[in-house]
Amino acid sequence: MTRSRFRLDTDVLARVAGAASIVILLAVVEILLRTGMLNVYVMPLPSAVLGSFGRLFMEEHLLRRFLLTFAEALAAGLLVAVVGVAVGAALYRWKLLRAAIETWVAAFAAAPLVLAYPLFMVIFGRSALTIIMLGFLAGIAPVILKTVEGLAGVRPTLLNVGRAFKLNGRALFWKVQFPAAVPTIFVGIRLSLIFSLINVVGLEFLINFGGLGQLINELAEQYDLPGTFAAICFVVIVSVVFFVAVERLERWLRPT
Amino acid sequence: MSLISTVEAGQARLSFSTRKNLLRAAIVIAVIAVWEMAARSGLFYRDVVPPVENIVAALAGILVDPAFYRNFAITLGEIGVALIIGGTLGFLTGIALGVSRFLTKAYEPLLFYLGPTPKIVFFPVLIMWFGVGSGSKIAMGAISCFFPLAISVAAGIRSIDPVLIRVGRSFRLSTWQTVAKIYVPAIREPIINGIRLGLGIAIIGTVLAETKLSNQGIGFMIIQTYATFNIERMYGLLITLFVFAIGSNALLHRFTRR
Repeated sequence: MTRSRFRLDTDVLARVAGAASIVILLAVVEILLRTGMLNVYVMPLPSAVLGSFGRLFMEEHLLRRFLLTFAEALAAGLLVAVVGVAVGAALYRWKLLRAAIETWVAAFAAAPLVLAYPLFMVIFGRSALTIIMLGFLAGIAPVILKTVEGLAGVRPTLLNVGRAFKLNGRALFWKVQFPAAVPTIFVGIRLSLIFSLINVVGLEFLINFGGLGQLINELAEQYDLPGTFAAICFVVIVSVVFFVAVERLERWLRPT
Repeated sequence: MSLISTVEAGQARLSFSTRKNLLRAAIVIAVIAVWEMAARSGLFYRDVVPPVENIVAALAGILVDPAFYRNFAITLGEIGVALIIGGTLGFLTGIALGVSRFLTKAYEPLLFYLGPTPKIVFFPVLIMWFGVGSGSKIAMGAISCFFPLAISVAAGIRSIDPVLIRVGRSFRLSTWQTVAKIYVPAIREPIINGIRLGLGIAIIGTVLAETKLSNQGIGFMIIQTYATFNIERMYGLLITLFVFAIGSNALLHRFTRR
């Protein structure tokens, strides 16, 4: 009892120390910059970065850009969920097909698809469609693989209960197999959403189109150093909030 | 379900693996055939969906082009240096986090959540710090592969059987001896896995950076084909790049399983 209490306290202390060390680092950078030991044209003042957040919200429509990026990621995520689960279910249903292409899907997951973005620009133009399609393709493989895994891992007892109630194939799938596989499928969807978001923001930056990614590109091209840093920080914060949110959602879906 | 498999088994006198390979061959042929028909139908821009033989010709042209090998060597060099710098830092960070519960609680959440953020958005900053040449591409690749290695090594160290460490203590090993003789051999698999993941995103980070701002490397060659609208060559370059990325991944994957 006393031991676990002690553990808890050192853990809290560690977290505080971790946060404090970052604040101290920023303070040191600020001092070095103000005393001229670091160049302000290479590294902006941390205080100036913090100060430019308000400007980004007012002048650069940060909120609207955030919503645009979020909408693109969401569209890609929805496409991934629908198509990925459908393909995964088909692979589970036809064993031969699964044996033939499951390793291809896994290899596809390892392919650096985002590098093909110039090709997507040729096909879909410099538009939101390019971003959504690449976000979709970047995230599809985990959902397919996890859907197959989830459906294959449904406990036989559940299937037997369904059969005892004389459920036909379709009812068995929708009332027993699919609900039982949802927690596993969502592991895939969480990974996909992360891949989609990374690709969406990265592409916005690369093709200079859309929401937050484009903002970073624009501010960098204007040589607005504090603004660029603030926008990058904002992207990092948004990503982290997004990851935490889908992680919570996954935990909520998992039966305990 | 069992009914279907019985029917399937009844229909086929061929073994399952033969039918699997036949299906694979059929899918590949069907994809190429559909592609070729789409290319010849005139429904699409001929440049966007070029006939297969044009792509093969472009691919062959790339493989005999000395400029390709020069640029490929540059990209390979950048990725290699990035892997050495980012990998070493990631490895050391992973060990530090793995052995210390205090450091884990203090910094692992940061690592864990910064890991999957889109790294390419740091590129403008890297250009300012390391210039428009190879330096910023190496930095991009190094940042990318730092995270998977650090996270993988830290998790690996935590999963080591404590008995091994106690045996090391009984032999009065120094810290460095413990790392070299116990930690590293015990976490061989997470290390190779981390390198595999790290290499994958180091390739992406480096090549993407080259497409954004550069005058050499594979990424630069790809974006040049976009600028000059030489789509057949773009297909050829992308195929080469994908074969390289998937191939190196599969090669390292083989190492982990031994």
